[in-house]
Amino acid sequence: MLGRLTWASIPFDEPIALVAGGGAVLGGLAVLALITMMGWWPYLWREWLTSVDHKRIGVMYSFLALIMLLRGFADGIMMRSQQAIAVGGAEGYLPPDHYDQIFSAHGTIMIFFVAMPFVVGLMNFVVPLQLGVRDVAFPVLNSVSFWLTASGALLVNASLVIGNFSRTGWLAYPPLSELAFSPDVGVDYWLWSLQISGIGTLLAGINMVTTILKLRAPGMVYFRMPVFCWTALASNMLIIAAFPILTATMAMLALDRYLGMHFFTNEGGGNQMMYVNLIWAWGHPEVYILVLPVFGVFSEVIATFSGKALFGYRSMVLATLAICVLSFMVWLHHFFTMGASADVNAFFGVMSMVIAVPTGVKVFNWLFTLFHGRVRFTPPVLWSIGFMVTFVVGGMTGVLLAVPPVDFVLHNSVFLIAHFHNVIIGGVLFGLFAGYTYWFPKAFGFTLHEGWGKASFWCWFVGFYLAFMPLYVLGLEGMTRRLQHINNAEWQPLLFVAEAGAVTIMAGIACQIMQLYVSIRTREQRRDLTGDPWNGRTLEWATASPPPVYNFAMMPEVDDVDAFWEMKKRRELDELTPTYEDIEMPRNTPIGIFTAAVAVTTGFALIWHIWWMVILGLIAAAVATMAFGWSEDREFEIPAAEVARLESNRVGLGQAA
Amino acid sequence: MRHRHSLGARLLHRCASQSMTSRRLLHGVFVCAAAALLASCQQAGVLDPKGPIAAQELLLMINTTEIMLVVVVPVILLTLGFAWWYRASNPRANHSPDWAYQGGVEFVVWSIPALIVILVGGVAWIGSHQLDPKAPLASNVKPLEVDVVSLDWKWLFIYPDQRIATLNQLVVPAGTPVNFRLTSATVMNSFFIPQLGSQIYTMGGMTTHLNLMADAPGEFRGISANFSGDGFADMQFMVKAVQAGEFDSWVAKARAGGSALDDAGYGALTKPSHAVPPAIYPSVDPGLFDRIVEQTAAMPEKERAAGAWCPPTQQAGG
Repeated sequence: MLGRLTWASIPFDEPIALVAGGGAVLGGLAVLALITMMGWWPYLWREWLTSVDHKRIGVMYSFLALIMLLRGFADGIMMRSQQAIAVGGAEGYLPPDHYDQIFSAHGTIMIFFVAMPFVVGLMNFVVPLQLGVRDVAFPVLNSVSFWLTASGALLVNASLVIGNFSRTGWLAYPPLSELAFSPDVGVDYWLWSLQISGIGTLLAGINMVTTILKLRAPGMVYFRMPVFCWTALASNMLIIAAFPILTATMAMLALDRYLGMHFFTNEGGGNQMMYVNLIWAWGHPEVYILVLPVFGVFSEVIATFSGKALFGYRSMVLATLAICVLSFMVWLHHFFTMGASADVNAFFGVMSMVIAVPTGVKVFNWLFTLFHGRVRFTPPVLWSIGFMVTFVVGGMTGVLLAVPPVDFVLHNSVFLIAHFHNVIIGGVLFGLFAGYTYWFPKAFGFTLHEGWGKASFWCWFVGFYLAFMPLYVLGLEGMTRRLQHINNAEWQPLLFVAEAGAVTIMAGIACQIMQLYVSIRTREQRRDLTGDPWNGRTLEWATASPPPVYNFAMMPEVDDVDAFWEMKKRRELDELTPTYEDIEMPRNTPIGIFTAAVAVTTGFALIWHIWWMVILGLIAAAVATMAFGWSEDREFEIPAAEVARLESNRVGLGQAA
Repeated sequence: MRHRHSLGARLLHRCASQSMTSRRLLHGVFVCAAAALLASCQQAGVLDPKGPIAAQELLLMINTTEIMLVVVVPVILLTLGFAWWYRASNPRANHSPDWAYQGGVEFVVWSIPALIVILVGGVAWIGSHQLDPKAPLASNVKPLEVDVVSLDWKWLFIYPDQRIATLNQLVVPAGTPVNFRLTSATVMNSFFIPQLGSQIYTMGGMTTHLNLMADAPGEFRGISANFSGDGFADMQFMVKAVQAGEFDSWVAKARAGGSALDDAGYGALTKPSHAVPPAIYPSVDPGLFDRIVEQTAAMPEKERAAGAWCPPTQQAGG
């Protein structure tokens, strides 16, 4: 009846897993109880869970990412602690089967459920506002995309309590991830949670590309789009091109595991090298899917807080598109050690370095944006400067690893770990935090506390260097990754330094939680009544904070890259006599959250081989699709008078709330 | 203990004694930093090469880093400098809010990284060909053939010409090139001796090739550098490079005692076990490696996991 699921699937005998799982369950239940007690369900359902407003969905994506950041970080600090303790004969506190789950979960969660939803969330929130439009191209699909991502996250967390997670690393190389070597549900949790969230991401990508190509404010030709929109366009084009590869690759692995096929097995004509090629054909573009939008964030932040236009706008666009194309030509550098010929290795090595050219151009252009600027050292600027300093170091070690013979001795070492944390923390995460602080007042109508923001930056910045510089050294000394215990006792001092770095980063996260708490408590003093708290340059600052559901009462006319800046300069807004029209907006729909329910049920049933539940889930999905397909009443109209009332109350609203 | 501080001390000495041109200065900064970081550590792995491949790879690493530091260091300093000087509270700083394009600057901005990449790309291209793991090493000495098989979670070394085999220890003559053929009887692993250089994957049903050499006698750590399951952390082996003459006597001694690696013995090895002590097998079928490659590709893993390893043809073992 319940497939492979029995009471033995719940880890009662593993105290650490039980505490972690139990804690997560109790915490979740406490939150649900609180919501029920306070009677927040109707509000949540109406305003958030069923919302198709791109701003609300963007916020929910970001919220999901921040919650999952806590989980991913907990995994990270557990790994660092284990490696600091289990040295020279000591076994540490995590047995191999648990440690292996933790590093697999850490990577999977940080990439798929922290970095991805955060990046997608920021794009979702910001891009339509910057384009001066009222929503994305397909608002309901947007909701479905978010809920598919959330479903994947829920399934990953379910593995804490029911069964176990994958022990095969974040990319689950076969044949280790095949049934013969990983017969339990771990790899299946990995497979289905990523399969479900991956489809969500693909749909989000299609939505965003359509939005950018088809819906822009009047006058916003391509070369008047803000740079963040350009980077979002490039990133989402990469999503459309790369995510189907991931889906197909994981589908083949699933066929191997579920139907006894031989795509990637040792025997039966399977080819594990094919998997490694395919997964990186997705995996390398994925890196740029994450980093391109944050390049956009830095461009916006540095220009805004320097009080200058971004230097070399066209160069930046060209560099972005160059990276977009080149990112598909370098995947082999993830496995120079597979035994390809010197010509192949050399080609992919050189191509990888070529990406450093457009990336270098970006760094120089940010530099020249600072030049002759008036730099205000707000937290977003600190994150940006911290990024520029840190990222060039990560870029340098990246180019180093792109030299095939150098990679032969550093591949899979903790030097590599240090390198990609260098670019993902120092690049992606710093950028996301910059964007979070920068656009927070737009989303909620009040600014975040500066002091706690700066404290958080310094903890993260120092913590990053403490945690990962020792790994560069250890990698050069021949320490490989994913070691549950370390036989070489001489490495312990540096592992302690790395542990201290992880603790410092934890302090940074604590500061961020405090920042949020303090900011909410003191929100009345930090209201943004103008809608333009930073003296911004692009259209999102032209509307109220938070923006009304329709974003812009009148469609803005764009005649420059920094559209809002030009409007302010020419005092256009003062002279404007408003003429409002009826605005048609999409209606809320529960189809997104219903999709999540179906996806979680079906995914869970597939993981545990509960076949009747799989069939039930698929039928429910088909019925829901048809029901939604035949529904007609999907929009509602906001009358011009109502718009006029909302707009005239704009400042008043802020004061009253 | 033998390797302690050897590199660090050498590098520090160089830092102190050389008259420094700008390039040397840079070199000095790099190696001093590396040496300082190493001061607390005894084994230097990749930074303490004991063979020609590892030495060339380290040199390549240092050269590439130096070329890039020429740009990276100024960029970091300029970032900090610009951000500080152009702070909003500095009344002496110039402000040009509309300065957003200058052709000359753009040209330079594209040229600098392009030039660096042309330089480093050239280094990478040449290096890839010179240090191709498949390429035999230039030497007058006839290479030693060693077949390597990764198992769960141990390393089997077969010396087909000597008709002996070892487990978790590799003995090679110093100054003699070693020509490895590698495969895996289980999941993917990576064969890596940090002080000798290049690693290479071992993959079931497939053969990879690697050529390494130890310059002088010594003991080096060997590891698997690709995660392969729960016993991975102990999947290590000792490499002992000995004098050529000593190697022959070691082979003779190996042949003298212990039990041969027959098919039943190999079947037992395919069962998962970890932290297995080193062993020597006085005789082995020199065709074992090829049979393992063939068998891994042919036999369902489930059966092999159940210990059903049986050779297709009963060849005389050793």
